[in-house]
Amino acid sequence: MANEKYNLKNEIETLREDCLRPTRTFGRSTQIWVGCLLVIIGWGLYCYIHQLRDGLGVTAMRNYVSWGLYISTFVFFIGISHSGTLVSAILRITKQEWRRPITRSAELLTFVSLCFGGIQPIIDLGRPDRIMNLVFFGRIQSPLIWDIISIMTYFTGSTVFLFLPMIPDMALCRDRLTVVDTRYKKFKKWLYKFLAIGWQGTKSQWHRLELTMTIMTIVIIPVAVSVHTVVSYIFAMTLRPGWDSTVFGPYFVVGALYSGSACVILGMAAFRKLYHLEKYITPRHFDLIGRVVLALTMIYAYMNLNEYWIPAYKMATAEGHLLNDLFTGSYSTAFWTCQFGTVLLPIVIMAFPKGRKITPLVITCIIIAAGAWVKRYLIVVPTLLHPFMPIQEVPGTWSTYFPNYVEFSVTAACLAGIFLIITLFSKLFPMMAVWEVEEGIEIDHDKQMAIELREIRLAEEAKLLDLAKTNGGVVNEGNKSITQPA
Amino acid sequence: MADQNNKNEDGSTLPASNSGRRNFLKFGALAAGLTVVGGGLTKVFSGEKGQKVKLLSPDGKVYEANSDHLKEFRPPPVSNEEARKGIPNKKFVMVIDLAKCDGCKKCTEACQAMHYTESDREWIKVFKMQEANAEAPFYFPKPCFHCDNPTCTKVCPVNATFKREDGIVLIDNERCIGCRMCMAACPYSTRFFNWSHPSSAQTAALGNIKYSPEQSVPRRMGTVEKCDFCPDMLRQGKMPACVSGCPMNVIYFGDQNEDAVTNAAGVTVKLSKLLADNAGYRHLEELGTEPRVYYLPPKNRKYPVPEMENIGTDKKVKKHNTDMGNMGM
Repeated sequence: MANEKYNLKNEIETLREDCLRPTRTFGRSTQIWVGCLLVIIGWGLYCYIHQLRDGLGVTAMRNYVSWGLYISTFVFFIGISHSGTLVSAILRITKQEWRRPITRSAELLTFVSLCFGGIQPIIDLGRPDRIMNLVFFGRIQSPLIWDIISIMTYFTGSTVFLFLPMIPDMALCRDRLTVVDTRYKKFKKWLYKFLAIGWQGTKSQWHRLELTMTIMTIVIIPVAVSVHTVVSYIFAMTLRPGWDSTVFGPYFVVGALYSGSACVILGMAAFRKLYHLEKYITPRHFDLIGRVVLALTMIYAYMNLNEYWIPAYKMATAEGHLLNDLFTGSYSTAFWTCQFGTVLLPIVIMAFPKGRKITPLVITCIIIAAGAWVKRYLIVVPTLLHPFMPIQEVPGTWSTYFPNYVEFSVTAACLAGIFLIITLFSKLFPMMAVWEVEEGIEIDHDKQMAIELREIRLAEEAKLLDLAKTNGGVVNEGNKSITQPA
Repeated sequence: MADQNNKNEDGSTLPASNSGRRNFLKFGALAAGLTVVGGGLTKVFSGEKGQKVKLLSPDGKVYEANSDHLKEFRPPPVSNEEARKGIPNKKFVMVIDLAKCDGCKKCTEACQAMHYTESDREWIKVFKMQEANAEAPFYFPKPCFHCDNPTCTKVCPVNATFKREDGIVLIDNERCIGCRMCMAACPYSTRFFNWSHPSSAQTAALGNIKYSPEQSVPRRMGTVEKCDFCPDMLRQGKMPACVSGCPMNVIYFGDQNEDAVTNAAGVTVKLSKLLADNAGYRHLEELGTEPRVYYLPPKNRKYPVPEMENIGTDKKVKKHNTDMGNMGM
């Protein structure tokens, strides 16, 4: 028994060290990585300043395609942000034990993609200097205002949702900091102490944390659903062919969950490899979350059927022109590649256990993530090129659209920003919720203990039975008495 | 640009023959000093050197003055509040008679001159339309429809575009944040975005004119603009530029409350009768936007039908005329 307890303590100690180790180093490769990201961000910032000074005319957008890559990216990033809710809240509420090592990275992904998703419409704004007009003159009737309210609420909620389970870990970092030597000790000491907000691990603190977590878990799910629903409403509330669709809300929510959970897998794989967490994030985890993505992809396929098959059957005039362009026209290659790569292929691959092994799953998820981004583009742009009034006698640049270097640079900078924040975060804070994993280990351990105890008891009982048999009567040992059955 | 200015003056004032028509807008050009008597209007501005013109002062006295000493009167722009409220007791309405349109694009020209617009921005655009192969092609001038159930003003997050009591939909480019939600929402591709700074020639031509949502200039980068039914002209009792600029008398304009519309020739007709007699309709009625612009079908056309080239086979044209010189400027 004493030996068992010692092992558990050992195991938890290893876990804590494994989680905290990456926060103590900032190696050469990390420095180069961060340097590259900063260069990309710097260039993107330069392009954005160019755009600010000379107007959105420096992008490829013109009067017909008045929304382009920025708005597509907005929809994509906000979609990714559903990952945290899915993994953390839904899996938490359904008491899925395997969620424990991946909640932190999922919640972080939510936080960061919301930061950069939220600024996309501002980047896309013609007059960002007048942003405060939204406060002074905001009209609740506008879907854009719904977006702002909803995204701000979700951002606040998911920041709390990221922070709450970090509190015990911050206390751990704070307490461990005194034992180990590290760079920027003074800053880290202050930071951890500040973020731990006086966590001592008392019973009442644990109770309060769990209560708050439960409330947040329940509250965040409807908020997340509302976010992508109203994101779809900036399209669905118009009369434009392709956008004027009643299925857009759920279509976007499912699309968000599915692309978000694919990105969670990518994050899991990256941190597992880079921070040597193989022991905690196992192939079993990939298999299970692979099943989740499989289920979501199937729902997404069903949504696609409704979104395209219903109007395609009827081929109403304006919608028909758009659908012809998507199915057989200038966007057909992108459209069918997208449908094949993000709907059919993932279902086929992930349906088999072999497809849910780490390597094929990661490749599938890269395809899903890239495809989801292209899909957002295919939702935004072709509709704008198919207005009700014919496009006649306009400058050539108005009737086509492909993002130019400014848009690509600014978008790349945003993506680099996401990577940068995730990198810096993981170099300051543990990328697994240590206490949650500990709890999991303890639960496992308790189960193991219970099994072992039962085995011991059974063995003892068997021994006693044997003894009784040989003695041919009743045996008393301690306070246990066994009578040989007749 | 100087050339455009001249056009502006010519295009925006009514021909002399119009003087007798009912002044359906009572916002006469009341100058601070002098009011120009009806018929002399055109003569004053294009008049020869040293010509004497008779002028009526607000207190009813007649003066004679040298036309060289006269300046075009431009009333000061109304306040933002007034511009948002609109002209009281009016419901402006437009009727476009497709049977009479020969696609000369003079309306577009007049509009562009009036609003100092670059040639690629056609606030009123003349489309070549053909609904189906077996149907006859026709010219289709399309301004902003100033809908009664406007999709654009509904989605504006900051109330920068708004519907006025007189039916006009305007944009306040001092408030617009440039999100382009209204452009996405408008099913008629009516709105234009100022992707760059206005050209220096345009800025120079405008001088330091004070902005009002009613005259839509000066433009500002990063904001949206569109056809405004020329409310600054309406306040002066004049017709929108496209109406008076149409040599075919295609476009009628007026007040629905008075049930009367007038065209460039000064012919005033009963709106309800005009629509009833000619089976007037609104474009894409099924969208439910309730446009304030009516069309009379292109039956018994007086002019040759447009050559559709490749345009007729598919409403969504793939070939585009990139030569802006052909656009009538």
